[in-house]
Amino acid sequence: MKLPFALVPRAAPSPIAVWLSPLAALAATVACGMLLFGLLGRSPWQAVAVFFVEPLVSLRGWGEVGLKSTPLVLCAVGLALCFRANIWNIGAEGQLIAGAIAGGGVALLATKDSGGAFVGAVIAAAAAGGMAWAALTAWLRDRFHANEILVSLMLVYVAQLLLSYLVHGPWKDPAGYGFPQSPLFESAARMPILMAGTRLNLGFALALFAAAAAWLLLARGFIGFQLRVAGLAPQAARYAGFSERRILWTALLASGALAGIAGGAEAAGPVGQLTSSISPGYGFAAIIVAFVGRLHPAGIVGASFVMALFYIGGELAQSRLGLPSSLTGVYQGLLLLFLLACDTFVHNRLRWRRIGAAAF
Amino acid sequence: MQPRLSLRSVSKRYPAVLANDAVSLEVAAGEIHAVLGENGAGKSTLMKIVAGEVQPDDGEIEFDGRAVTIDGPQAARALGIAMVHQHFALFDTLTVVENVALGLPRSASLADVQRDLDAAAARYGLTIDAQRRVHDLSIGERQRVEILRALLARPRLLILDEPTSVLTPQAVQSLFATLRGLAADGLAVLFISHKLDEIRQIADRCTIMRAGRVVATVDPKRESEASLARLMIGGQPPQIAAHDTPPGPPRLTVDGLRLGGKGGAAVDFTLHAGEILGVAGISGNGQRALVSALAGEAQVDADALSLDGRPLRGLGPRERRALGLRYVPEERLRHGAVPEMTLAENALLTGDSLHRRGFVLPGAMRDFARRVIERFDVRCPGAEAVAASLSGGNLQKFIVGREIESAPRALIVDQPTWGVDVGAAAAIRNALIALRARGCAILVVSEELDELFQICDRIMVMARGRLSPAVPVRAVSIETIGRWMAGLWEADAAAAGGAR
Repeated sequence: MKLPFALVPRAAPSPIAVWLSPLAALAATVACGMLLFGLLGRSPWQAVAVFFVEPLVSLRGWGEVGLKSTPLVLCAVGLALCFRANIWNIGAEGQLIAGAIAGGGVALLATKDSGGAFVGAVIAAAAAGGMAWAALTAWLRDRFHANEILVSLMLVYVAQLLLSYLVHGPWKDPAGYGFPQSPLFESAARMPILMAGTRLNLGFALALFAAAAAWLLLARGFIGFQLRVAGLAPQAARYAGFSERRILWTALLASGALAGIAGGAEAAGPVGQLTSSISPGYGFAAIIVAFVGRLHPAGIVGASFVMALFYIGGELAQSRLGLPSSLTGVYQGLLLLFLLACDTFVHNRLRWRRIGAAAF
Repeated sequence: MQPRLSLRSVSKRYPAVLANDAVSLEVAAGEIHAVLGENGAGKSTLMKIVAGEVQPDDGEIEFDGRAVTIDGPQAARALGIAMVHQHFALFDTLTVVENVALGLPRSASLADVQRDLDAAAARYGLTIDAQRRVHDLSIGERQRVEILRALLARPRLLILDEPTSVLTPQAVQSLFATLRGLAADGLAVLFISHKLDEIRQIADRCTIMRAGRVVATVDPKRESEASLARLMIGGQPPQIAAHDTPPGPPRLTVDGLRLGGKGGAAVDFTLHAGEILGVAGISGNGQRALVSALAGEAQVDADALSLDGRPLRGLGPRERRALGLRYVPEERLRHGAVPEMTLAENALLTGDSLHRRGFVLPGAMRDFARRVIERFDVRCPGAEAVAASLSGGNLQKFIVGREIESAPRALIVDQPTWGVDVGAAAAIRNALIALRARGCAILVVSEELDELFQICDRIMVMARGRLSPAVPVRAVSIETIGRWMAGLWEADAAAAGGAR
C-alpha cells in the first residue's frame, strides 16, 4: 500500500524543526491528556486547568514549580554534559540519592548552635557524595570498559538500598514511631528560603547558576568543546589529542556532583530529613528533560518547568479530582514518545504524493 | 541489436542539487562502457538509479528492450544488475562470507556460499579470507569482497564504481583481464572512473558527464588523455608546479618502529627537511598503523621516533603538534573534521593557539578559518558553514590548509586527494609542493601512484606491514613500484639505488 505522503531526507537538519519539535511534542501531549481526561469522564478542559493553570495562579504555586524544577534542572544539566560527550549516564537518580545520603549525613551532625554557614557543608558533602557515586561508574568504564548504561543504572538500586538501610537502621529517628526516616535536620542545616511565602530555596538559585555555568562551558569552554567533539566524532577527538579518559571523568564527575546537590537540596530543603523515598524519580525524569531541552542548558530550564507542572498537576489531579497520580508518569512518557516522533522531522520533511501519479 | 540497458532522459533532483539532468545512455551486451566525470558530476547517482537504490524523478529505463521500473535493489538483482560500490555496502560486524550470503537471492548455506566464493576468488585472482570480519579488512580488501559478491550473483549487467582506486597496477591489469573475459561472455559492464588512462585501456565507449549532464559519448581509444580531460572538466586541466630544490637535514627519524607489536617487522626511514617522501602501497598493508604511530594517536613502545633529534616517546598528538609535527588523516569526515561543526570550530580541533586559559577564542577561530578559506580557495559560504555542507574537495582543501597554515615543521598526509575532484587535487598537490619549498618535511601516504610520482622526491612502498627502502622517484619506474607493492623489493632495491 502506498501512503499519500512520503518522508524525504533533508539536505541539512532543520534548525527550526530542532526547536519546534519539543513544542509540537508538548502540544500533542496536552491534546492526549485532554483526550485521556475525556475518557475518564472528566471535562477535557480540566486537564488543562489542573496541569497548566492551577499551579500558576498564586505566588506559592510558582514557588512550588520552582522547587520541583530544582532537582530536574540540576540533574538534566549534568546529564546533558554526559550525553553531549556520548557518555550514557542513566543513573542520575542514584547519584541524587548518594548526594542526599552524604548531605543528609552531614546535616544530621548539626546542632542547635551551628552557624548559618553549616548548610554550605551540607551542599559540599552532597556534591561529593554524588560525585563519588558517579566516580564508581567512571572508574568501572575506564578501568574495565564496563558499559556505563548498565553500571550507572544498577548503581541506582544500590543507592536506594543503602539509603533504605540507613533510615531503617543507624540513622532512624528514635522518636519517629518506627517510621523509616531520620530525625528532622536542625535549621542551620536546612536550605535557606529565597522568597517569603513560598518554599523556594537556595537550591533553585544553585540550579540556575549550574545551567548558566554549563552553558558557558559548552559554548565557550575548551573542555566543553572537547566534550562535544568526543560525542560527535570520537575519532576526531583522538586526532585532536583530547584525552578520552579526561572527558569521561570530567563529564561523569560534573554530572554526579550536580545530581548530588539536587539530592542534598531535596533532603535539606522541602523534605527536611532523610526518608527511604527521597526522590519521586527526578533522576529518571531528568533524562526526558535533557532531551526535550535539546541538551541545551536554556532548553533544559524550560523543559524542567513543564516537567514540574506535570508533577504538581499529577498531585492536584489526585487531591482535587480523585484521579490517580500516576498521570504524571503517563504524561512524562507521552512527552518523550511524541518528542522522538517529532524529531523525525528534524532530518526529514513530509512530501505529499501527487494524486494518481504513475510510477514513473 | 537492442541494447542491454537504455536510459532515456533520466533526471534526479536532491534538495540542494540537480544530480542528473536528462541523462541518456546505452550499454550493449558484451560492451565495456565507461562513465567519466569529476567527483560530483552525477555518475554515482546515475548508477544508483540503475541499481534500484535511488528512484529517478523523471525518465525511462529499458532493460533488454523492455520498459522496467527498478524500484529497489531486489528488482535490480532480479533483472541481473549487480553493482560494486565506491563506498562499500558491507556490514562491518559480519564476516566476508556472511556479507556475501546476504546479497544472494537464494537462501544457500554458508558452507555453499564459502565454496562458491573460494572458487570465484581463485577464478578471478581476487583472494580473500572468507572468515574474516569486514571491520578488520583494508579498503582494498573490502572492495575485493564487493567485486566477488557482484560476480557471484551471475549478473547480466555489472556496474563498477571507481573500482581501481585501491588496486596495485598489476591487480588493475588482472581486473581488466577479468572484465574483458566477462564482456566476451556477453556481460555488459558499466565502468565508472575518473582515471583517463584506464578508460582508454578498457572501455569500448565512454560517456562523459559534467554537472549532472552528458556532455559527450566518445570512443576513448580515438581520444587522447588531454582531450578526455578537457571534456571532463570543461577547460584546461590544472598544472602541477615544477619543483627542484635539494633537501635539508634529517627531521623525522623512524628507527626500528615495530608496528605489529613485538613480533612485527621493524620499520626505518628518515624524512628530511624540504623533501616530500611518498609511501606507496595498497591500503591495509600497515599504513594506518604507521601513520597513527607517527601522529601520536596510537602510542608505540620503544624510542623509535624522533623529531629534530628529540624523542617523541609518550607524547600525544597535541604535544607533537606543539613540536611542529602535524597530520592530515585519510578520512575527512569524523576524523579530520567534525561534520556537524562549523569550519571555525573545526579550526579549533588542531588550532592550539585558538584557546586560552580553558576558554575558546571565537574571534581568533573565525579569523583563522577565514584565512584558510581564502588562501586555499575553499568554496563555502564562510567560517560558519558546517563541515558536512562542503564538497569532499573543498573540505579536504580546508583540512590540508588548516595544518599548513599552522606552519608545520613536519607534515604527514594520508591519502591527500582521495575522492577529490581534479581541480582540488591539483590545488592540494601544489600546496604541498609550496610547503616543501619552505623547508617542511612532508610524508605523503597514497594509493595513487601517479600522484606520488608527480610530487615526491623519494618513494617507498609499504606491503604486509613492512617498508621498502626509500628510492628517488627518478631512479625507479611505476612498474617496479607496482612489483614492490606485492612485497618483492629485496632483489630490486640494491639495483634501484637503495636508501639514501
